[in-house]
Amino acid sequence: MIVTTTKGEMDDSLLDKREGSDETDSETISFTEYWLNGEMVHRSVHVTLKRNVFSEGITQMIG
Amino acid sequence: MANTQAMCTSFKVDLLNAVHAFNGTGVPAHTASTADTFKAALYTTSGSLGASTTAYSSTNEVSGTGYTAGGVTVTFGTAPASSGTTAYLTPSASISFSNVTLSTAFDAVLIYNSTQSNKAVSVHTFGSQTVTAGTFTLTMPTNDSSTGLIRLA
Repeated sequence: MIVTTTKGEMDDSLLDKREGSDETDSETISFTEYWLNGEMVHRSVHVTLKRNVFSEGITQMIG
Repeated sequence: MANTQAMCTSFKVDLLNAVHAFNGTGVPAHTASTADTFKAALYTTSGSLGASTTAYSSTNEVSGTGYTAGGVTVTFGTAPASSGTTAYLTPSASISFSNVTLSTAFDAVLIYNSTQSNKAVSVHTFGSQTVTAGTFTLTMPTNDSSTGLIRLA
């Protein structure tokens, strides 16, 4: 798979792939990083909102 | 049966559709069936956005390769709806910033109405992030009365 990096497009077989995730009550965050010789050359992040705290504030104010 | 004091649920949906105008001051000129354009902008952890934010500002907005000031357009393809006594509305598509490098940590997105003088709609926060030659995607919660992004109850 071709990956866009700070060095240009590269085949992922040449890169070290690292993935991670974190979850809270309001969101799930996952990220994918690609490293080349100890340098991070790509990082993408996906945040999924599960519930919006701000909208709860509106609910309380108007309800 | 008895009369019950309440704010009518249909009115809450109407608020999301800008149907009512109680005072002429500040009332935008809407054309029937024409939706405004809403946008999403990202803000660094140095920002102070919140309930007091009234409009889009470039102060503390992220900057970097591939990112355009003002952010991206938000798609509201689904009309405001209600369930029980709660009216709700959620963007119908993820908000995505593709092929960007955002080296300064950011943790908030402002949704605002770019048609109506960039007036603020809501601020949504998440864990601090950076992006390097990649994509930042913000996926919306389920569009219902308990998790919808904008809810009036």
